[in-house]
Amino acid sequence: MTHETASSLQPPKVIFSPIGWMREHLFSSVWNSILTLITLYILWLLVPPVIEWAFLKASWVGTSRDDCTPGGACWVFIAQRWSQFMYGFYPEALRWRVDLAGILAVLWGGPLLFQRFPWKKLFGFSFLIGYPLIAWWLLYGGDLFGMTTVPTDQWGGLMLTLVIAAVGIAGAMPLGILFALGRRSELPVIKAVSIAFIEFWRGVPLISVLFMSSVMLPLFLPEGMNFDKLVRALIAVVLFQAAYIAEVVRGGLQAIPKGQYEAAQALGLNYWQMMGLIILPQALKLVIPGIVNTFIALFKDTSLVIIIGLSDFFMIIHRATVDPAWLGFATEGYVFAAAVYWIFCFGMSRYSIALEKRLNTDHRR
Amino acid sequence: MNETATATTTPNRIASHKTAEAMIVMEHVNKWYGDFHVLKDINLTVARGERIVLCGPSGSGKSTTIRCINRLEAHQSGRIVVDGIELSDDVRQIEAIRKEVGMVFQHFNLFPHLTVLENCTLAPIWVKKMPKKEAEVIAMHFLERVRIPDQANKYPGQLSGGQQQRVAIARALCMKPKVMLFDEPTSALDPEMVKEVLDTMIELAEEGMTMLCVTHEMGFARTVADRVIFMDKGEIVEEAPPEVFFTNPQNERTKQFLGQILNH
Amino acid sequence: MKPSRSAFLSWIYDPKIRGIIAQVVTLVVLGLLVGWLAHNAVTNLAARGIASGFDFLNDPAGFGILQTLIPYTESDTYARVFVIGLLNTLLVSALGIVAATILGFIMGVARLSKNALVSALATVYIETFRNIPPLLQIFFWYFAVLQAMPSPRQSLGWFDAVFLNIRGLYLPRPIPTEAVTAFVVAVVLAFALWWVIARWAKRRQDETGQPFPVFWTGLGLVVLLPYLASLVFGSPFTWELPQLRGFNFVGGWVMIPELVALWVALSIYTSAFIAEIVRAGILAVPHGQTEAAMALGLTPQQRLRLVILPQAMRVIIPPLTSQYLNLTKNSSLAAAIGYPDLVGLFAGTVLNQTGQAIETIAMAMAVYLTISIMISLFMNWYNKRMALVER
Repeated sequence: MTHETASSLQPPKVIFSPIGWMREHLFSSVWNSILTLITLYILWLLVPPVIEWAFLKASWVGTSRDDCTPGGACWVFIAQRWSQFMYGFYPEALRWRVDLAGILAVLWGGPLLFQRFPWKKLFGFSFLIGYPLIAWWLLYGGDLFGMTTVPTDQWGGLMLTLVIAAVGIAGAMPLGILFALGRRSELPVIKAVSIAFIEFWRGVPLISVLFMSSVMLPLFLPEGMNFDKLVRALIAVVLFQAAYIAEVVRGGLQAIPKGQYEAAQALGLNYWQMMGLIILPQALKLVIPGIVNTFIALFKDTSLVIIIGLSDFFMIIHRATVDPAWLGFATEGYVFAAAVYWIFCFGMSRYSIALEKRLNTDHRR
Repeated sequence: MNETATATTTPNRIASHKTAEAMIVMEHVNKWYGDFHVLKDINLTVARGERIVLCGPSGSGKSTTIRCINRLEAHQSGRIVVDGIELSDDVRQIEAIRKEVGMVFQHFNLFPHLTVLENCTLAPIWVKKMPKKEAEVIAMHFLERVRIPDQANKYPGQLSGGQQQRVAIARALCMKPKVMLFDEPTSALDPEMVKEVLDTMIELAEEGMTMLCVTHEMGFARTVADRVIFMDKGEIVEEAPPEVFFTNPQNERTKQFLGQILNH
Repeated sequence: MKPSRSAFLSWIYDPKIRGIIAQVVTLVVLGLLVGWLAHNAVTNLAARGIASGFDFLNDPAGFGILQTLIPYTESDTYARVFVIGLLNTLLVSALGIVAATILGFIMGVARLSKNALVSALATVYIETFRNIPPLLQIFFWYFAVLQAMPSPRQSLGWFDAVFLNIRGLYLPRPIPTEAVTAFVVAVVLAFALWWVIARWAKRRQDETGQPFPVFWTGLGLVVLLPYLASLVFGSPFTWELPQLRGFNFVGGWVMIPELVALWVALSIYTSAFIAEIVRAGILAVPHGQTEAAMALGLTPQQRLRLVILPQAMRVIIPPLTSQYLNLTKNSSLAAAIGYPDLVGLFAGTVLNQTGQAIETIAMAMAVYLTISIMISLFMNWYNKRMALVER
């Protein structure tokens, strides 16, 4: 054995080789090789038929079910119903209003998602206060400034899903923060009321809450005072969601070191100044990932409004699949719906993970 | 770079000891993390009963060196022989070596779900197949040696850092190892707790335990070590008995390192 | 500053008094709100001629139910309907919890696998199923898969014992024979022996240090003893196979498609979350723990059993129980496909028939609240018991 000097030695297998990688990661032991083979077998069973159905044998263009070849997916169905899936029964001539509301949301609210956006405060405040009003005016109209009213029973599709999710989170945030503060309050009555509120909503399924809002709410209101279906659903979603937000925010409040509270009190700030200026800004920043996760859950839960007969994105698709003209394409409909929900939820969860990572590094500094 | 050749063959190597028989032999050991050469041709022979202190700047490969000895890290070329057992990919050899080599970590790594006593008896019971009573007797013996028998039924989380580290030493000793490896055992401790751990280690050394310590405690090195090894950038730069090492270092890098570490 | 300037109003600056005022105001507002709602409810109910109270529970229900675990006829009372709905909810929740736990642990461990292919597949599984609404998954299994199954005549069949068609999943039903007593005794005996051996093995190991393969011996016993019993005393069950008669199957056990769809969808959806919990739990055990166990010479199995799992389970169990609670709550999605669970049956059908909105919904909610309070009590107890002792 010749003795080379240390610095002249080269690491073994420096060059990346696919075979070497496979040996290390897929066939490192007998057990590992068996696992690999089983997995490959499962993939071989699943993937080719799915690709064949969804792409190779799929039909993409046409106007009716006759344009679809059997054995493949009939994406014609989705294409034909696309605008209904997006807008529900919103009058066709007025759909530009929905588009405009959407574009405004992206241009106005979208930049807030970026950490480095310079005019965050300006955009943030104006968006939070101005956008809901403008969006309401655009979507509903209410005969203000020449906008014809579009009653909410004509709303539907993805647009309705997004409206419910957006109102749900926007309404639940302030309520949730209040109850989180209440739960950490030193006043026994406030604390008890907050705990009861939070634990009640967290303990029951959303479906029963929706049932409640649709059949019980009218009973609890005086004769003649009644909301439309959508508003009732929104009230249910907001109350339900607020309980979950409250728990997330409470986590953030607990994570703020005691020293911050003491420092704020030592400076002579009162309770609301301390919370508003010192504690909440830090706590809310900490819990953004948690709030995004709650929002993902809310977004998935919006599909439950079909229980009380609202035509959200999923309901519109489900109804289309039982339309006699397109019978037999339920799978296509569900796969499309699943893909849309998936893109939203997966995208948001990646965003939340990225935020979490940034927060972690911010903290370590 | 050409210092290497002279350094590894420095004449100050101490070969003669109580027994000439080698406990640990490392020959031409090399290790890479990806392209990064962490251990460059390490040659090191540790005699039975010999006490060795490894020092050097962070990232110099000293921890990696001792972690290769009980296969917490795999080396990629060269030979490592512990008490006549050669390390290979064979699990039986690895387990045989681990039975004979005790290790103490920087962060103690006590098992938080077990009491101090259970931490000490776990390996004797499961690895040495020892009756529980016997294991407990041995554990109490070593807990007394590290002077915390009264904490036996507490959980690690209830102890101070220094106490935890002494439990970790007792835990390793319960396996009656032939070699003890110490990986910066005092680096995570508050200053006032360093001494109690060092005292325990010194006692252990006086009893003739073969020891390899990665540490920056130069006082400990002076009083206890038979040999001090200085590593830098993955290679052994200099090795010498402490009296020579501290008073008359040969290599520039050693001088520089000692200058930094002794002048504060 | 002189404090005497407005001495008689100074009490409003006392934080204690302020606190009391805030609480009194809260109580009064809350009381007024509840009173107003109650008043409205009473007026509305009177106007609609609905008698409030739980008397309706004694009235006959008069409608059929798709699946009942206890005997039921249309002349039975609403109270019995409530019990049936509760049992159906518990049934699908229990089935779902078992399946989701098994699937979830497999996927969680698979995601941590060193095998790149296995971990990639597990990642795709987890990310796919947890990002699709559970309702959509239930509909998919129910409408796109099970409703697309062939008619009974063209059933998919396995070993002439299991059949799947548009009417549901047909399984063989065991009918006990005289030998069943011996069989049951053998099963009980096997588990008892397992327990005895486990205790004996622990004592022996404590005394001599010799370990004993308790798990494999116990497993062997549980398989072998009942098998021997059935050899000696004859088969404990005769299996009633589902058989095609005319246009439908008779005999056997039937799982209605609503139950199958709900079970499959909820299990898969929840398993994706459980997998993430399992993965996080295992990753939460610091690597130093593994290293210390390795340095002590423990084998991989021992490391897992004695060091990693006991610590990981502490992290896993609390979120796991809250997933069980979620699954139970999500089982109320049954209402959407007509599986007769508590919400669909009681807060749906019964409410429509009787108009007793407040009572029916309150009863349904009370059940879920009870379950969730029980689970959170369990979690508090568990956390207290298992919390790692710290200074």
